[in-house]
Amino acid sequence: MAAKARTRPESTIESTGGEPADTLRDYYEQMSLVRAFELRSSEMYARAKIGGYCHLNLGEEATVVGLMAAIEARDYLFTGYRDHGYALLRGLSPERVMAELFGKVTGVSGGRGGSMHLFDAETRLFGGYGIVGGQIPPATGAALALKNQEVAGPDAAAVMCLLGDGTTNIGAFHESLNLAGLWKLPIVYVIVNNGLGMGTTVEKASAEPDLYKRGASYRMPGVRVDGDDVLAVRDAARDALRQARESRQPVLLEVMCYRLRGHSVVDPARYRSSEDTTIAQQSDPVPSFRAKLISAGVLSETDAAAIDEAADVRVSEAVVFADESPEPDVDDLFKYVYATAVAHMPTALPGEPVMDAL
Amino acid sequence: MNTEVATTRTITYRQALNETLRAELERDDKVFLIGEEIGVFEGSYKITAGLLEDFGPDRVIDAPIAEEGFVGAALGAAMLGMRPVVEIMTINFSLIAIDQIVNHAAKMRSMFAGQVSIPLVIRMPGGGGQQLAATHSQNLEVWYAHIPGLKVVAPSTPADAKALLTAAIRDDDPVIFLENLSLYSAKGEVPTDEQVAEIGKAAVVKTGTDLTIVSYSRGTTTALEVARQLEAEGLSIEVVDLRSLRPLDRDTICASVKKTGHAVVFEDDWLSYGIGAEISATIGEGVFDFLDAPVRRVAAAEVPLPYAKSLEKAALPSAADLARVVREVLNISSTPNDK
Repeated sequence: MAAKARTRPESTIESTGGEPADTLRDYYEQMSLVRAFELRSSEMYARAKIGGYCHLNLGEEATVVGLMAAIEARDYLFTGYRDHGYALLRGLSPERVMAELFGKVTGVSGGRGGSMHLFDAETRLFGGYGIVGGQIPPATGAALALKNQEVAGPDAAAVMCLLGDGTTNIGAFHESLNLAGLWKLPIVYVIVNNGLGMGTTVEKASAEPDLYKRGASYRMPGVRVDGDDVLAVRDAARDALRQARESRQPVLLEVMCYRLRGHSVVDPARYRSSEDTTIAQQSDPVPSFRAKLISAGVLSETDAAAIDEAADVRVSEAVVFADESPEPDVDDLFKYVYATAVAHMPTALPGEPVMDAL
Repeated sequence: MNTEVATTRTITYRQALNETLRAELERDDKVFLIGEEIGVFEGSYKITAGLLEDFGPDRVIDAPIAEEGFVGAALGAAMLGMRPVVEIMTINFSLIAIDQIVNHAAKMRSMFAGQVSIPLVIRMPGGGGQQLAATHSQNLEVWYAHIPGLKVVAPSTPADAKALLTAAIRDDDPVIFLENLSLYSAKGEVPTDEQVAEIGKAAVVKTGTDLTIVSYSRGTTTALEVARQLEAEGLSIEVVDLRSLRPLDRDTICASVKKTGHAVVFEDDWLSYGIGAEISATIGEGVFDFLDAPVRRVAAAEVPLPYAKSLEKAALPSAADLARVVREVLNISSTPNDK
């Protein structure tokens, strides 16, 4: 797969590849939902309904939809902190995801994790992780467990571990890929390369900026794909997952996309050149996929507008749910510290005596 | 703990660990071992001797030198229901894995609202006195004892090594299991039947009425030695073995000091912000009115530990240091033997 140059002037989505119209429509609905959710998250952050750090998938919707179309329900997903879209498409309701951002007890992580730490055991979303690279060793260990629990084959489960371009320089990345290559683990590492760490470019951070080539050190196929092309992302991820589950061949997949806005909602991204911003806007996968489907006759303008409207309504419902949900009970502060009850567990609140005088 | 002890055997701390690992590997096929040189090499300190041969490479995994990678991988396997027991060659190397231990293993259950548990044991020895110099002789227990979400145990005897390791492996939370280089060859009576300790409980390992020495791991063996030596001089010393550093059994500590009115903490870590600081604060808060003298701490000198034997010996807390401080607290003039 040819490298996607950052100077490319417009979207390169070439065809709808003979896909069924319903599938294409589904993908557009999903992209529209992620877009609407993230725009509203930004708005809710500005209104102080959401606190802490908040990183959005804006501009990465085709990547999110393509990857989530490829992953199976039995597979395990580990992500970094830019995780809202993945949680939505893993099947979690916008209500529960928004409630987590609002810090409510109805949130996917009970209001304990926030934006960066979305987790749902049932759908095997095994976490958003806030520490850069922190998810990679556990994801690798999940694959180690699968290798020991299951027989390889088309019905076996695999692990998909998402990470950003900046993450490929941390030791955990290299240590983990070495283990996966050495032990032949059923895992696909997906570098979502949006070209920027926070503000530092890949070229300024990585001696080998063609990140997919880093798989070679670990005898792992490296594949690069255009992240604005939902079908290309899906097909590349499916193929990688097939190798992982059937042959226990780990794969390093690099998905090239653009971040439409700053690193997080509070980042105005002044470090970006106007040219780069223009390219990112021109590459925006949501309007370009929309236009593509309209020109291909899959959607009418009215259909597309209805999809966008429905996404907006869906997100509005999520906001109402989140807003009306209760906050976690302070009496439950220590509820989840330990799974196995233990003698003398500390439960003092600030200023409370640790010992009642004997 | 099972108190109906049928029979005991005298074995080393090393042997108690080895036999416990073997028993748990046999009992539960979700248990596996992972670490550097634990298989073919049988462990740097031979704790895993014979286990690769009997359980095979899927249960006794030789990991490359990549602490962050394999500790994190063990954590990930635990998330899927496996029960990994990690060996980190020494506690000094755990700093390379600390992101996975502190930022991940300790946090996941709380951060994800109880949706996942981490039944992970991390075994590692600490301790100085082997002329291993500054980077290989540390006692970093407070680094882990400080962290909510972890459980930290530090057995001082072969019997506790067995009972606490069994408990740690069967516990559904991440347990830091602290060993000590100088204890591996120590011998003790160990019950032959199954023993499962209760994590979070200290033990009064010697009763007395004049002063309480609080210690853990290697320090407890020294504390007992000093207590017996002073007993010959007519002093009645109680020794509390913490066994668990998180949670900390403040009740047992305070109940003992309430009785004796005097306390000395004997610890192998550095003085400032160490285990003794927490014990002293606990005693001050819990039994201030019963104290007849300030609590004293006998800890390591605050220096990167030198290689030279003379300097190493001067820096590490010894039986003589402890005996001297006990006498000072009890206001008894020291004997020439102490120095």
